[in-house]
Amino acid sequence: MSTAIADVHHDPVESNVNYLNASYGIKSWLFTVDHKRIGLMYLAVITFMFTIGGVAATLMRLNLIEPQGALVEPETYNKLFSTHGIIMVFFFLVPSIPATLGNFLIPLMIGARDVAFPKLNLLSWYLFVTGCCFAMFAILSGGVDTGWTFYPPYSSLYSHTPVVIMALGVFIAGFSSILTGVNFVVTIHKMRAPGMTWFRLPLFIWAMYATSLIFILGTPVIAITLFLLGLERLFHVGIFDPAIGGDPLLFQHMFWFYSHPAVYIMILPSMGVVSELITAFSRKKIFGYSFIAFSSLAIAVISFIVWGHHMFVTGQSVYAGLVFSVLSFIVAIPSAIKVFNWTATLYKGSISYEAPMLYALGFIGLFTIGGLTGLFLASLATDVHLNGTYFVVAHFHYIMVGGALMGYLGGIHFWWPKITGRLYPDMWARIAAAVVFIGFNLTFFPQFVVGYWGMPRRYAVYPAEFQFLNIMSSAGASVLAVGYVIPLIYLTWSMRYGPPAGRNPWGAKGLEWTTLSPPPTENFDVPPIVTEDAYNYAHAEASHV
Amino acid sequence: MSEMAAHNAHAHPPGFAHQFEDAAQQKEAGTLGMWAFLVTEILFFGGMFTAYIVYRSLHLPGFIIGSHLLLVKFGATNTAVLICSSLTMALAIRSAQTGKSKGTIIWWLVLTMILGAAFLALKFTFEWRTDYLEHTVPGAFFGFEYRPEWGANAPYVQMFMCFYFFMTGLHALHMVVGLGILTVLVIMTARGKFSSEYYTPLEISGLYWHFVDIVWIFLFPLLYLIGGRYSGS
Repeated sequence: MSTAIADVHHDPVESNVNYLNASYGIKSWLFTVDHKRIGLMYLAVITFMFTIGGVAATLMRLNLIEPQGALVEPETYNKLFSTHGIIMVFFFLVPSIPATLGNFLIPLMIGARDVAFPKLNLLSWYLFVTGCCFAMFAILSGGVDTGWTFYPPYSSLYSHTPVVIMALGVFIAGFSSILTGVNFVVTIHKMRAPGMTWFRLPLFIWAMYATSLIFILGTPVIAITLFLLGLERLFHVGIFDPAIGGDPLLFQHMFWFYSHPAVYIMILPSMGVVSELITAFSRKKIFGYSFIAFSSLAIAVISFIVWGHHMFVTGQSVYAGLVFSVLSFIVAIPSAIKVFNWTATLYKGSISYEAPMLYALGFIGLFTIGGLTGLFLASLATDVHLNGTYFVVAHFHYIMVGGALMGYLGGIHFWWPKITGRLYPDMWARIAAAVVFIGFNLTFFPQFVVGYWGMPRRYAVYPAEFQFLNIMSSAGASVLAVGYVIPLIYLTWSMRYGPPAGRNPWGAKGLEWTTLSPPPTENFDVPPIVTEDAYNYAHAEASHV
Repeated sequence: MSEMAAHNAHAHPPGFAHQFEDAAQQKEAGTLGMWAFLVTEILFFGGMFTAYIVYRSLHLPGFIIGSHLLLVKFGATNTAVLICSSLTMALAIRSAQTGKSKGTIIWWLVLTMILGAAFLALKFTFEWRTDYLEHTVPGAFFGFEYRPEWGANAPYVQMFMCFYFFMTGLHALHMVVGLGILTVLVIMTARGKFSSEYYTPLEISGLYWHFVDIVWIFLFPLLYLIGGRYSGS
């Protein structure tokens, strides 16, 4: 390995030694401390976990074709939606962008050789994989039926499923998040290249910084909450069980103290990605840089004081409900600021519609719908009607899939040439983006309607008059599945057969585009010095082919 | 691994990692990293403190009975032991900072370990053992039938003891981790890794050790002292 480094130093331009071929063999990956390789290892694991969660979703949608349930017993259905929720939230969405693109890009974007603590970074990956193993073990030994929220006393006393093992998996994966958050915060504070001031940072970095703050402040609380839950279940001592004076509402408060900010763990990174994509494909400086940067921090802070809107109908105090309702409206403001700024950035830009841009534009539309329907649920009286219905399911899928996942796919497509050094077929990518968009809307828009009509979530059966909309939703889910498989095929194909990408295939700004594709192990031939603001596309226009 | 070795070959100070520009940057990063980690620890313990305070306000009589079951003399002794161990830890860092000999640093580190181990020994062999013998450990052997005077408060006494064991147990776990870290530091010191130029691992481990002590400074009054132990009757 040391000879490879020496080559890069002596022969920076001609050398084709990069982080992928600097060393070979399984050990060179399992013991790597290179942030780029660790990012790719996360990519492999979360893609696997996404597949598991996706299979569970597919089976649920198949079951809901018939009002009486087409496929599985109600008990199995309970396990399917629990598996889907737990896997997708804790083992896909939370780590998705931070652990893959964040790991890969943060040092590249700020001009560093690596993250601040490379070994800790590898430890985070191992913790995550250990958590995944516990989760998979719980699934293979029957799966849990508590829903992803693990509400006691059902989860702590009555469920006959491996709750403790699943909770332990989430607990361990949580420490992976915490250590990643610590690593990113320190990296962004201390590892920036000369001239890379805070207000020259790409907005993706601001988003990752805000996300890391939530990792640090929120994750320990869910960890201790699940720890207490596990103790109650294992030793049958009362913490949350009302029969001996425990308070199940306390669990809900502590659970949502993490799990509402966790929504922003999932969406903030996508917002960061979208800021990069919108500027790159409209060839314009971002509109309102500091507003977008500070709105990320505002979201991170306010997200910690809105959790009670998950509990409007649980018997928390009416006055608490009022305050949480107002605060939930307030948290929508920084998100809206971002949407307006992205739109203003597009205005009079020279827009092109490559695949990443399609995802970014899809994100803006779908996130706006998801955000606005969130306001319905933040209103106390409306929420009493809509709580626990498919309206809620549709709302958070517009945020989590229409928002977070679209941003993730857009980001993967945008930086794929940097990660692999290869181009993928753009036409296929555009088709896939369109298929995802159509499939997504067909799946989840009918759920707004059926939820408004009163269909409750988490039921294996439903009244016959809801069947038509459920069939639409299931049909959409199969379209969506096709939309996920297509990129898997052409991206895999491109790793071997794609044409070489060159340093900067999009003509984009940002330090990561100035180095080789794929980058050398130490990222830059010469340590970069930054002399201009982010997104300085006015200057790039002339030089770009 | 080997690229680190390659970098260290260019006359970098000992313990220097390849991703940094200079030793000052590395020290700042390490210190900030530990502080950020301690923030997560505060929230980790904070969840338990919150639950404790909520239940204490709901079931005060049971919690007061529970508090009286604890052996306050051992708790007080342990508090003193831990405060002393913070002093010896600080002296170990001070010795490295002022360029004292390896032996001096190791002496203070080992003394810190002895005090930490003494804390755990008092906790496990005296306090927890007594709890076990007196049926105050939650679970199947909890003293519902042995202590009729608790009456309707018995479930809440058990809940108090749950929190006592969870909180002090989690704290003890952090002590055990701290002893592991101190062992590593002793080995590193013996191998001559530290000098007045470079002692960051000592310093940030010290932060951790002091943090664990401070958690106890909050636990001791919360569990042993408040609740009218010395008032009225």
